[in-house]
Amino acid sequence: MTIGVAVFPGSNCDRDVKWAAEGCLGIPTRFLWHEERDLAGVDAVVLPGGFSYGDYLRCGALARFSPLLEEVVAFAARGGPVLGICNGFQVLTELGLLPGALTRNRHLHFLCEPAELTVQPGTCRWLGGYGAGETISLPIAHGEGRYQVDDVTLHRLEQEGLVALRYRRNPNGSVGDVAGLSNPTGNVLGLMPHPERACDPLTGGLDGRRLLASLLG
Amino acid sequence: MQLRPVVRSSAPPFSVAEALKKEGLSPADYEEIVRRLGREPNRAELGMFGVMWSEHCCYRNSRPLLRGFPTSGPRILVGPGENAGVVDLGEGQRLAFKIESHNHPSAVEPFQGAATGVGGILRDIFTMGARPIGLLNALRFGPLEDARNVGLIEGVVSGIAHYGNCVGVPTVGGEVAFDPSYSGNPLVNAMALGLMETEEIVCSGAAGVGNPVVYVGSTTGRDGMGGASFASAELSAASLDDRPAVQVGDPFLEKGLIEACLEAFKSGDVVAAQDMGAAGLTCSCSEMAAKGGLGIELDLDQVPARETGMTAYEFLLSESQERMLFVVKAGRAEPLMARFRRWGLQAAVVGRVLEENVVRVLQQGQVAAEVPASALADDTPINHHPLLSEPPVEIQAHWRWSEAQLPAATLAGITPEGRSPMGWGEVLEALLDDPTIASKRWVYRQYDQQVQANTVLLPGGADAAVLRLRPQEGAAALTACHRGVAATVDCPNRWVALDPERGAIAAVAEAARNLSCVGAEPLAVTDNLNFASPETPTGYWQLAMACRGLAEACRALDTPVTGGNVSLYNETRRPDGSLQPIHPTPVVGMVGLVHDLARVTGLAWKQSGDTIWLLGVPLEMAAVADQSADTGVEDRLGLGGSSYLARIHGLATGRPPRTDLALERQVQSLLREAIGRGLVASAHDLSDGGLAVAAAECCMAAGLGAQLVLPASTSRLDRLLFAEGGARILVSVPVTQLSAWQELMASFPALVPAKRLGTVEDDGQLRISLAEDPVLNADVAAFASVYEQAIPRRLVASA
Repeated sequence: MTIGVAVFPGSNCDRDVKWAAEGCLGIPTRFLWHEERDLAGVDAVVLPGGFSYGDYLRCGALARFSPLLEEVVAFAARGGPVLGICNGFQVLTELGLLPGALTRNRHLHFLCEPAELTVQPGTCRWLGGYGAGETISLPIAHGEGRYQVDDVTLHRLEQEGLVALRYRRNPNGSVGDVAGLSNPTGNVLGLMPHPERACDPLTGGLDGRRLLASLLG
Repeated sequence: MQLRPVVRSSAPPFSVAEALKKEGLSPADYEEIVRRLGREPNRAELGMFGVMWSEHCCYRNSRPLLRGFPTSGPRILVGPGENAGVVDLGEGQRLAFKIESHNHPSAVEPFQGAATGVGGILRDIFTMGARPIGLLNALRFGPLEDARNVGLIEGVVSGIAHYGNCVGVPTVGGEVAFDPSYSGNPLVNAMALGLMETEEIVCSGAAGVGNPVVYVGSTTGRDGMGGASFASAELSAASLDDRPAVQVGDPFLEKGLIEACLEAFKSGDVVAAQDMGAAGLTCSCSEMAAKGGLGIELDLDQVPARETGMTAYEFLLSESQERMLFVVKAGRAEPLMARFRRWGLQAAVVGRVLEENVVRVLQQGQVAAEVPASALADDTPINHHPLLSEPPVEIQAHWRWSEAQLPAATLAGITPEGRSPMGWGEVLEALLDDPTIASKRWVYRQYDQQVQANTVLLPGGADAAVLRLRPQEGAAALTACHRGVAATVDCPNRWVALDPERGAIAAVAEAARNLSCVGAEPLAVTDNLNFASPETPTGYWQLAMACRGLAEACRALDTPVTGGNVSLYNETRRPDGSLQPIHPTPVVGMVGLVHDLARVTGLAWKQSGDTIWLLGVPLEMAAVADQSADTGVEDRLGLGGSSYLARIHGLATGRPPRTDLALERQVQSLLREAIGRGLVASAHDLSDGGLAVAAAECCMAAGLGAQLVLPASTSRLDRLLFAEGGARILVSVPVTQLSAWQELMASFPALVPAKRLGTVEDDGQLRISLAEDPVLNADVAAFASVYEQAIPRRLVASA
């Protein structure tokens, strides 16, 4: 089992994912430079937080043109597990792997604080370790985490059980309190909160461990 | 001296008088420049002298005062003079750290001014070969009742957040205070910490004649022209026209620059490095040449430019951000530059190292400027100012104030002059509503505090920030690490305004105390001296006395100064032409070592039933003989200069007490020992608002209550509750540790006063009584809401 961690020039949570997966949970990782195409030996891909290519145009908008992500889209299509955290979630929506978009937070401020979430694992393979309706706490750290989607799509996502994580107290104005979304086949999860920041008892809670550990089966 | 043909690059011929004014140079400076050059300078050369001889670059007003600081010690690897100080943390780890101001740019363009302040201090750190691991900031604003100040705090905080969050360095601590003197002239001081990743500390002195000089990072444009000179003059309404002097930052480029620079340094190809901050190419070339005792030839045609038609003057003085200059080993420039291009950065050979000690600037095949490096960087002029032999009369008037002038304080409360009677609960609530004391959550929630996965204590939870010393690169990055670094920034500016020497001593003492409260051993200081003009007798007296205080306290607490920054002329010209100086604000940034992260202590009570102790200067303070005091006898705590006096009585007056540095050392040392043995559940220093506010903060952070019983006393009740002074800490000790705690105190080599005041309660009430008489009974949730809302509600009201 090896997790590939994408590295864009502006990624800044790539090493944190490595620490959480490898340092805290013992799952080997490999960094994937954005210009690379080689996913050989990679069993899951994490798109980490940060600012991919600076994100001056729109968060994640340029990242989708990178050679690496072409391979990641194909990997996801083959059923490979893909996790997008924060900026990674933004990239997943830009890639069309998840519907909707993430825009500036209500009140426009960047927010870094713990967020209480309700988990609806459904068929998402990243969330098998959590109980339906379980409340967990993960840190958020984003300026553009306000999930937006049209009402019809939101209704469909809810009907299909794809709203995998919801804020209990909506911090950013996301429609439907959406904090994280799964794709219908359950191999792609995008979420604004940072599970990798909740794997180490010294620096945070432990509620993120089961998410990364899900890969171990 | 041999004269070379120097082209009058900025022709047409210029008016010397106007140019001197623009560069902030005096006619005497001009004479000195002509003497040093052996001829008249051209316009570009004059610009180079202007920035290099500004206070910002050469400390021309403050240098004689800075010489008094202790700067060496067993852990000090690099002291003042390099890009940042470096301390030895043991076990092969070394920490680079420094503080720097960006006050003037933030006043005219708060977002970019603050953002580039963060970018600049980060470059100082990674230029040394250290990876930035944490940021702190010290901010000052005018009252939030004024919409202008609201615009400034909004812009400054979002600018800091933008840069720090994007570049991926956590902002882990800081302080924010408010006073009318900062209206229109906010202070933005940013401090950065970095963990050395290279074997050798990268220094800035050029070496190796013929070695290529390589420029890396962003392009050079006309932004930030003359920023260093701009920072060395007072602000006025016309300063808004100086917005071109404010640079624009790009944290995304800086992120790549950090990675590429650290890779380059590890390759061993870099001989010397200097970031381009204030005074851009001029400063980096002349510093590198002067420090190396060699020369540098710079060809402006090779400098990556973002605009066309730039003159030599503009190239040399541009403060475009995210740029660095390297001296590289001969033949190694190409592979080095490839690393930078991989990160999407510019890289170009722009010159070479010369044997002759000169900075020679070429443009279009001609010599556009040629100045001996030592003429620019060595023996820079000093402005000597007479020091007042006694304190200014207005200060002496403040010192005559005494507590006896206050209305009577009874068990029921007090009736401040011109106000309705207030109970002590109301007084406490009013203090918690003071934006300087109140929760800063609105500020720090905008900062990413956790990126890099090493933040052990978050803002608001402890007296200092604590970061685990786990590197980001190499095998050690995947190994759990039990050691940490703690950091804090402090300055009690109202105290400094009333007594600069005592205020500066208190700043150092409080910084060390904050570190000790989390269990860290204080190691070293970086200081940021924010003052008004030194050209007035009072202004210079403030600067001189504050430096004296800093030196004394740093010496007494064994925390040498490894560098810092001086920001003068922090004053605004009122419409009527008079000057409003800021409170003198010597911000002390201090770092400490945490030997065992498992023992780190926060400020929140842990459990009901735990006993509460006041450590240090006792409540019932008998006058102590003090050899160094003017009067011979004085208090160690009092209401003079206190938040209570300012907030409740509307009086910013009195003389703050002198901190007992010997006791301070012992109190902190005892506390660290107790924390190391795991005896203490929480620790919090007594600062603004004294005992009552400190107890309230411990309650709020925990969501628990407390019962405190003050011993019967002849002192004024408000003094017992709200007096301020150094060397005081509130700790809670679990009942199970009581005997070990008392044993430790009994066996401790020094006698440290300690008084058990009460217990932690789970009823959500803070109760304080004087012997049997109830004095204050307040609902923690109720005052916590006041404390949390104090800043947000003012921002909304003034928006």
